[in-house]
Amino acid sequence: MAAGPMKMRATLGGGYTEVRVLMTHPMETGQRKDADGKLVPLHFIQNLTVKVNGRTVIEGQISQAVSRNPVFSFRLRGGAKGDKIEVTWLDNQGETNKTDTAVA
Amino acid sequence: MNPLRRTLLGAASALLLKPFAALAAWHKEAFGAKSAPDALKSLGIANAAPSQDVLIEAPQIAENGAVVPVEITSNVKGTTSILVLIDKNPFPLAGKFDFTEGALPFVKVNLKMGETSDVRVVAEAGGKHYFATREIKVTIGGCGG
Repeated sequence: MAAGPMKMRATLGGGYTEVRVLMTHPMETGQRKDADGKLVPLHFIQNLTVKVNGRTVIEGQISQAVSRNPVFSFRLRGGAKGDKIEVTWLDNQGETNKTDTAVA
Repeated sequence: MNPLRRTLLGAASALLLKPFAALAAWHKEAFGAKSAPDALKSLGIANAAPSQDVLIEAPQIAENGAVVPVEITSNVKGTTSILVLIDKNPFPLAGKFDFTEGALPFVKVNLKMGETSDVRVVAEAGGKHYFATREIKVTIGGCGG
Protein backbone atom coordinates (compact mmCIF):
# COMPACT_ATOMS: atom_id res chain seq x y z
CA MET A 1 0.00 0.00 0.00
CA ALA A 2 1.35 3.37 -0.95
CA ALA A 3 0.96 6.61 0.91
CA GLY A 4 -2.21 8.47 -0.03
CA PRO A 5 -4.48 11.37 0.74
CA MET A 6 -4.89 13.16 4.05
CA LYS A 7 -8.00 14.35 5.83
CA MET A 8 -8.20 17.06 8.42
CA ARG A 9 -10.76 18.79 10.57
CA ALA A 10 -10.18 21.79 12.85
CA THR A 11 -12.88 22.91 15.25
CA LEU A 12 -13.06 25.49 18.02
CA GLY A 13 -13.29 23.97 21.50
CA GLY A 14 -13.33 25.68 24.88
CA GLY A 15 -10.35 28.03 24.58
CA TYR A 16 -8.53 25.89 22.08
CA THR A 17 -8.74 24.61 18.55
CA GLU A 18 -8.91 20.85 18.17
CA VAL A 19 -7.13 19.57 15.07
CA ARG A 20 -7.73 16.01 13.95
CA VAL A 21 -5.68 14.82 11.03
CA LEU A 22 -5.58 11.50 9.21
CA MET A 23 -2.64 10.49 7.08
CA THR A 24 -2.92 7.57 4.69
CA HIS A 25 0.32 5.67 5.14
CA PRO A 26 1.32 1.98 5.52
CA MET A 27 3.70 2.67 8.47
CA GLU A 28 5.61 -0.54 7.74
CA THR A 29 7.74 -1.72 10.65
CA GLY A 30 10.19 -3.68 8.54
CA GLN A 31 9.22 -6.79 10.52
CA ARG A 32 6.11 -7.82 8.67
CA LYS A 33 6.22 -10.45 5.94
CA ASP A 34 4.16 -10.32 2.76
CA ALA A 35 2.19 -13.25 1.26
CA ASP A 36 5.41 -14.64 -0.28
CA GLY A 37 7.19 -14.64 3.06
CA LYS A 38 9.42 -11.71 2.14
CA LEU A 39 10.02 -8.92 4.63
CA VAL A 40 8.19 -5.72 3.74
CA PRO A 41 10.78 -2.91 3.90
CA LEU A 42 10.64 -0.25 6.58
CA HIS A 43 8.41 2.58 5.37
CA PHE A 44 7.09 5.10 7.84
CA ILE A 45 6.48 8.78 8.46
CA GLN A 46 9.36 10.41 10.32
CA ASN A 47 8.52 14.10 10.50
CA LEU A 48 5.33 16.10 10.73
CA THR A 49 4.62 19.79 11.19
CA VAL A 50 1.52 21.71 12.15
CA LYS A 51 1.28 25.35 11.09
CA VAL A 52 -1.28 28.00 11.93
CA ASN A 53 -1.50 30.86 9.45
CA GLY A 54 1.99 29.97 8.23
CA ARG A 55 3.57 29.79 11.71
CA THR A 56 4.89 26.44 12.95
CA VAL A 57 3.33 25.44 16.28
CA ILE A 58 4.08 21.71 16.50
CA GLU A 59 6.98 19.68 15.15
CA GLY A 60 6.76 15.94 15.57
CA GLN A 61 9.23 13.14 14.97
CA ILE A 62 7.71 9.68 15.02
CA SER A 63 8.76 6.06 14.60
CA GLN A 64 7.31 2.99 12.93
CA ALA A 65 5.45 2.34 16.21
CA VAL A 66 2.68 4.72 15.14
CA SER A 67 -0.24 2.72 13.74
CA ARG A 68 -1.01 2.35 10.04
CA ASN A 69 -2.95 5.32 8.62
CA PRO A 70 -2.01 7.55 11.54
CA VAL A 71 -4.64 9.76 13.13
CA PHE A 72 -3.40 12.56 15.35
CA SER A 73 -5.29 14.98 17.54
CA PHE A 74 -3.60 18.20 18.58
CA ARG A 75 -4.84 21.22 20.51
CA LEU A 76 -3.86 24.74 19.54
CA ARG A 77 -4.16 27.66 21.90
CA GLY A 78 -7.04 30.02 21.14
CA GLY A 79 -7.82 30.28 17.48
CA ALA A 80 -10.56 31.85 15.42
CA LYS A 81 -12.89 30.78 12.69
CA GLY A 82 -11.08 30.85 9.36
CA ASP A 83 -7.54 30.36 10.73
CA LYS A 84 -5.56 28.33 8.24
CA ILE A 85 -4.18 25.06 9.61
CA GLU A 86 -1.58 23.24 7.54
CA VAL A 87 -0.11 19.80 8.25
CA THR A 88 2.83 18.30 6.37
CA TRP A 89 4.56 14.94 6.70
CA LEU A 90 7.77 13.41 5.38
CA ASP A 91 8.62 9.70 5.43
CA ASN A 92 11.85 7.69 5.45
CA GLN A 93 11.67 7.13 1.69
CA GLY A 94 11.42 10.85 0.94
CA GLU A 95 7.70 10.84 0.21
CA THR A 96 5.83 13.84 1.50
CA ASN A 97 2.29 15.17 1.59
CA LYS A 98 0.37 18.07 3.03
CA THR A 99 -3.13 19.28 3.59
CA ASP A 100 -4.76 22.42 4.88
CA THR A 101 -8.10 23.47 6.23
CA ALA A 102 -9.78 26.49 7.77
CA VAL A 103 -10.92 26.39 11.39
CA ALA A 104 -14.69 25.85 11.50
CA MET B 1 13.48 2.80 -16.27
CA ASN B 2 13.90 6.14 -17.97
CA PRO B 3 16.94 7.97 -16.54
CA LEU B 4 15.67 11.43 -17.55
CA ARG B 5 12.42 10.75 -15.75
CA ARG B 6 14.41 9.66 -12.66
CA THR B 7 16.42 12.90 -12.73
CA LEU B 8 13.28 14.99 -13.07
CA LEU B 9 11.58 13.09 -10.26
CA GLY B 10 14.66 13.60 -8.11
CA ALA B 11 14.67 17.32 -8.77
CA ALA B 12 10.95 17.56 -8.08
CA SER B 13 11.22 15.74 -4.77
CA ALA B 14 14.18 17.90 -3.77
CA LEU B 15 11.92 20.94 -4.24
CA LEU B 16 9.12 19.29 -2.31
CA LEU B 17 11.47 18.45 0.53
CA LYS B 18 12.63 22.02 0.89
CA PRO B 19 10.01 22.99 3.49
CA PHE B 20 11.67 20.50 5.80
CA ALA B 21 15.15 21.94 5.46
CA ALA B 22 14.57 24.06 8.56
CA LEU B 23 13.21 21.13 10.55
CA ALA B 24 15.11 19.32 13.21
CA ALA B 25 16.34 16.16 11.51
CA TRP B 26 14.82 12.86 12.59
CA HIS B 27 16.78 11.72 15.64
CA LYS B 28 18.22 8.51 14.23
CA GLU B 29 20.16 7.56 17.33
CA ALA B 30 17.28 7.95 19.79
CA PHE B 31 14.77 6.21 17.50
CA GLY B 32 17.26 3.42 16.85
CA ALA B 33 17.89 2.78 20.57
CA LYS B 34 16.79 -0.64 21.77
CA SER B 35 15.91 0.30 25.34
CA ALA B 36 14.05 3.23 26.84
CA PRO B 37 17.03 4.33 29.02
CA ASP B 38 19.32 4.28 25.94
CA ALA B 39 16.82 6.34 23.94
CA LEU B 40 16.57 8.90 26.75
CA LYS B 41 20.34 8.96 27.17
CA SER B 42 20.89 9.74 23.50
CA LEU B 43 18.50 12.67 23.89
CA GLY B 44 20.53 13.92 26.85
CA ILE B 45 17.87 13.09 29.44
CA ALA B 46 19.38 11.63 32.59
CA ASN B 47 17.25 12.34 35.63
CA ALA B 48 13.59 12.77 34.86
CA ALA B 49 11.38 13.16 37.93
CA PRO B 50 8.08 11.32 38.33
CA SER B 51 5.17 13.73 38.03
CA GLN B 52 1.41 13.56 38.44
CA ASP B 53 1.09 16.44 36.01
CA VAL B 54 1.94 14.18 33.09
CA LEU B 55 -1.25 12.37 32.16
CA ILE B 56 -1.56 9.25 30.02
CA GLU B 57 -5.03 8.14 29.04
CA ALA B 58 -5.17 4.71 27.48
CA PRO B 59 -7.10 1.47 27.76
CA GLN B 60 -5.89 -0.92 30.50
CA ILE B 61 -6.18 -3.78 28.09
CA ALA B 62 -5.65 -3.39 24.36
CA GLU B 63 -7.06 -6.31 22.44
CA ASN B 64 -5.24 -5.34 19.27
CA GLY B 65 -1.63 -4.23 19.72
CA ALA B 66 -1.63 -2.74 16.22
CA VAL B 67 -3.93 0.09 17.26
CA VAL B 68 -3.63 1.29 20.85
CA PRO B 69 -5.15 4.73 21.35
CA VAL B 70 -3.07 6.86 23.72
CA GLU B 71 -3.91 10.39 24.82
CA ILE B 72 -1.20 12.46 26.46
CA THR B 73 -1.47 15.76 28.30
CA SER B 74 1.22 17.61 30.19
CA ASN B 75 -0.01 19.97 32.88
CA VAL B 76 3.59 20.86 33.75
CA LYS B 77 3.85 24.63 33.22
CA GLY B 78 5.96 25.63 30.25
CA THR B 79 6.08 22.19 28.62
CA THR B 80 7.90 22.48 25.31
CA SER B 81 8.30 18.84 24.36
CA ILE B 82 6.70 15.46 24.94
CA LEU B 83 8.37 12.08 24.38
CA VAL B 84 6.47 8.81 24.11
CA LEU B 85 8.24 5.52 24.73
CA ILE B 86 6.94 1.96 24.80
CA ASP B 87 9.42 0.17 27.04
CA LYS B 88 9.10 -3.31 25.55
CA ASN B 89 8.87 -2.45 21.86
CA PRO B 90 11.97 -3.42 19.83
CA PHE B 91 12.61 0.32 19.37
CA PRO B 92 10.96 1.97 22.38
CA LEU B 93 10.91 5.63 21.28
CA ALA B 94 7.64 6.13 19.39
CA GLY B 95 7.46 9.89 19.12
CA LYS B 96 8.80 13.28 20.08
CA PHE B 97 6.55 16.29 19.82
CA ASP B 98 7.84 19.84 20.19
CA PHE B 99 5.31 22.53 20.99
CA THR B 100 5.63 26.29 20.70
CA GLU B 101 3.42 28.71 22.60
CA GLY B 102 0.75 28.35 19.97
CA ALA B 103 -0.04 24.77 20.92
CA LEU B 104 -1.14 22.98 24.07
CA PRO B 105 1.16 20.12 25.19
CA PHE B 106 -1.34 17.50 24.15
CA VAL B 107 -1.35 14.72 21.61
CA LYS B 108 -3.59 11.80 20.84
CA VAL B 109 -2.30 9.05 18.61
CA ASN B 110 -2.69 5.33 17.92
CA LEU B 111 0.41 3.28 18.66
CA LYS B 112 1.61 -0.24 17.93
CA MET B 113 2.64 -2.40 20.86
CA GLY B 114 4.39 -5.73 20.45
CA GLU B 115 3.45 -6.98 23.91
CA THR B 116 2.19 -5.84 27.31
CA SER B 117 4.38 -2.94 28.35
CA ASP B 118 4.73 0.27 30.27
CA VAL B 119 4.11 3.34 28.17
CA ARG B 120 6.43 6.06 29.36
CA VAL B 121 5.86 9.76 28.69
CA VAL B 122 8.54 12.35 29.38
CA ALA B 123 7.68 16.05 29.33
CA GLU B 124 10.33 18.73 29.07
CA ALA B 125 9.78 22.12 30.71
CA GLY B 126 12.40 24.75 31.41
CA GLY B 127 15.23 22.31 30.74
CA LYS B 128 13.88 19.82 33.31
CA HIS B 129 12.21 16.50 32.64
CA TYR B 130 9.13 14.95 34.19
CA PHE B 131 7.72 11.52 33.49
CA ALA B 132 4.77 9.23 34.03
CA THR B 133 4.26 5.59 33.11
CA ARG B 134 1.23 3.48 32.54
CA GLU B 135 1.00 -0.22 31.88
CA ILE B 136 -1.10 -1.34 28.93
CA LYS B 137 -1.84 -5.04 28.60
CA VAL B 138 -1.82 -6.31 25.03
CA THR B 139 -3.73 -9.42 23.98
CA ILE B 140 -2.44 -9.65 20.37
CA GLY B 141 0.84 -7.93 19.49
CA GLY B 142 0.97 -5.48 16.62
CA CYS B 143 4.52 -5.33 15.36
CA GLY B 144 5.13 -8.40 13.20
CA GLY B 145 2.50 -10.75 11.81
